[in-house]
Amino acid sequence: MLEIKNLSAGIEGKDILKGINLKVNAGEVHAIMGPNGSGKSTLSSVIAGKEEYEVSAGDVLFEDESILDLDAEVRAHKGVFLSFQYPVEIPGVSVTNFIKTAINQTRKAKGLEDMPASDMLKMIKEKSELLEIDRKFLSRSLNEGFSGGEKKRNEIFQMAMLEPKLAILDETDSGLDIDALRIVSNGVNKLRSKDNAVIVITHYQRLLDYIVPDFVHVLVDGKIVKSGGKELALELEEKGYDWVKAELAAG
Amino acid sequence: MNLKDKLLSSYLTSQEHLDLDNSLHDIKDEAIKVFEEKGFPSKKQEDWKYTSLNSIIKQDFSLVSKQEDTIEFKDVKKYFIHDLDTYKIVFIDGVYSSYLSETTHDGVDVCLLSAALTKPRYKAVIDVYFNKIAPQDSLTSLNTAFAKEGAYIYVPKGKAVNKPIQILHFSTGNEANLMLQPRNLIVAEENAEVQIIERHQSLNGNAVFTNSVTEIYAGKRAMVDYYKIQNDKENASLIDNTHIDQQDSSEVSVHTFSFGGKLTRNNLNFYQNGEHNNSILKGVTIIEDKQHVDHNTLVHHKQPNCESHQDYKGIFDDNATGVFNGKVVVDSIAQKINAYQSNNNILVSDKASINSKPQLEIFADDVRCSHGCTIGQLDEDALFYMRARGIGVKEGRALLMYAFANNVLESVKIPQLKARITKLIANKLEVNLGFDV
Repeated sequence: MLEIKNLSAGIEGKDILKGINLKVNAGEVHAIMGPNGSGKSTLSSVIAGKEEYEVSAGDVLFEDESILDLDAEVRAHKGVFLSFQYPVEIPGVSVTNFIKTAINQTRKAKGLEDMPASDMLKMIKEKSELLEIDRKFLSRSLNEGFSGGEKKRNEIFQMAMLEPKLAILDETDSGLDIDALRIVSNGVNKLRSKDNAVIVITHYQRLLDYIVPDFVHVLVDGKIVKSGGKELALELEEKGYDWVKAELAAG
Repeated sequence: MNLKDKLLSSYLTSQEHLDLDNSLHDIKDEAIKVFEEKGFPSKKQEDWKYTSLNSIIKQDFSLVSKQEDTIEFKDVKKYFIHDLDTYKIVFIDGVYSSYLSETTHDGVDVCLLSAALTKPRYKAVIDVYFNKIAPQDSLTSLNTAFAKEGAYIYVPKGKAVNKPIQILHFSTGNEANLMLQPRNLIVAEENAEVQIIERHQSLNGNAVFTNSVTEIYAGKRAMVDYYKIQNDKENASLIDNTHIDQQDSSEVSVHTFSFGGKLTRNNLNFYQNGEHNNSILKGVTIIEDKQHVDHNTLVHHKQPNCESHQDYKGIFDDNATGVFNGKVVVDSIAQKINAYQSNNNILVSDKASINSKPQLEIFADDVRCSHGCTIGQLDEDALFYMRARGIGVKEGRALLMYAFANNVLESVKIPQLKARITKLIANKLEVNLGFDV
């Protein structure tokens, strides 16, 4: 579904990603782990289409189509979803109105009519229950005054509503307590199918106890230096990132 | 002949056939003298530094509409809030249209100034309230001199007007370049309540210049909510002078929505003459092309234990220009005042500009007064967040602008009006946000 070929990208002339190669197929969950500054957020931003980043080499193919020249919203219409590490506050726009606009804009791009109000309400009810989100919450301004856990739950609520093909979860576990972690992971797991894929970006192994990956990749200094199965995450937890760096240095 | 001279030379003729008391003639004679002396304000005056009236006063305006024009309701239906049951006071080219209006004398008076100025039954109110709140600046005086028609709303002690009142001033443009000077008087006695929605609307592209004065008297514990819709066509200029006198424990709110017109100047003055008052001044300005909107506000706290809240939001695109000049004066005996003022602006294009100047003159020492002004662009992070969810750039920006204006909208108490303004904003931004408000 997603193929990243030799991707180098950065900001203001300096490359942060230095030749990334990655292949994600439908039905798979990939974890990308790495120390701070390794380029994890840059990777998710480049795939989602953040314009500040410049691609200096390589390509990103989504369903065999290069997406690097496509606007962020077009990528979203094609089924790419980014759960933000720091979701943005938009005072004055309610959670409900935001997601309605997002859904209807996506439908419009596909030549469809707006979703009928009753269907929308039903879907909102269903997905908010899945994420254990209170109805009152939905009329609040988007992310305004939300705790870290509430923001991340709201991200996954949006994911549930938009039903993307590829979901990139950027440090979804940061700022979450055990309960929030459980609820968010449960939501993500319920959405998994053989037709979609998930990339989980994280520092810590803990999230991967709940969202069990098929593949784990270690990102250091803008490159994927090691890949393995879910046991790799446990090894990293035990030995730390320095172990990987030492392995690399040794040859 | 320039406009000032034309006005002065036509004054005497304009007063013929007006069946007024001597006292009113005296007031008007005094007023024209003030205008003669001071003339139209110029950019040399601090308060008019950023707003020039030259392009208006150089033009030749007719002062009277020669024809009596009628318009079909279906042609102007869209300018009314038609899903709301209201009283209506409608003027066409400055002349009352009984056909389009709905007035009343049932417990309250919702009718015409021309009647109030001439008929004996209104004399008591006119003697006490007419021209008593307005200060003697040149534009208000000019209006006073020529005042003969407008809305007259009198709410006696303890009464609440049972439905809102829409005041509409239409100009047909059949008379090219018409100058209009409507005069409104609104008196809410002790414990009275009234809600008013006012709109100026030209019906074709011809130039119109309106110099309007509204005096509002709010008695003890009275509540007045005034909503101004300024969404006129691109050749319409409006100077709106609104003066408000507040007695003890009254609450007056004025919301101004400025989306149209060529040049709009709002002179909004609150005089808090009682204790425990609340004055609320809010506005949303969304303009583009070469439009200009100037909000000049004054809240004069003369008594202790009062509050005032000013919140003006502006969004400026293309070559549009805006001015916010917000003055708060707190007299030395006015202790325990909470006065908040905030002006927030977004410049959407490189050529748009806004001049914002908060002015606080505080002579009491136990008060809480704050002011804040921001000028910025749309939040790019928020925009990316929306695009990452599939919301296009145009819709995303519109959503952000709508959100920006939202907390002013939230305090609109009439749901149908709030929905209408939301729709106006959506139309202006050319998006269909499909919101339930």
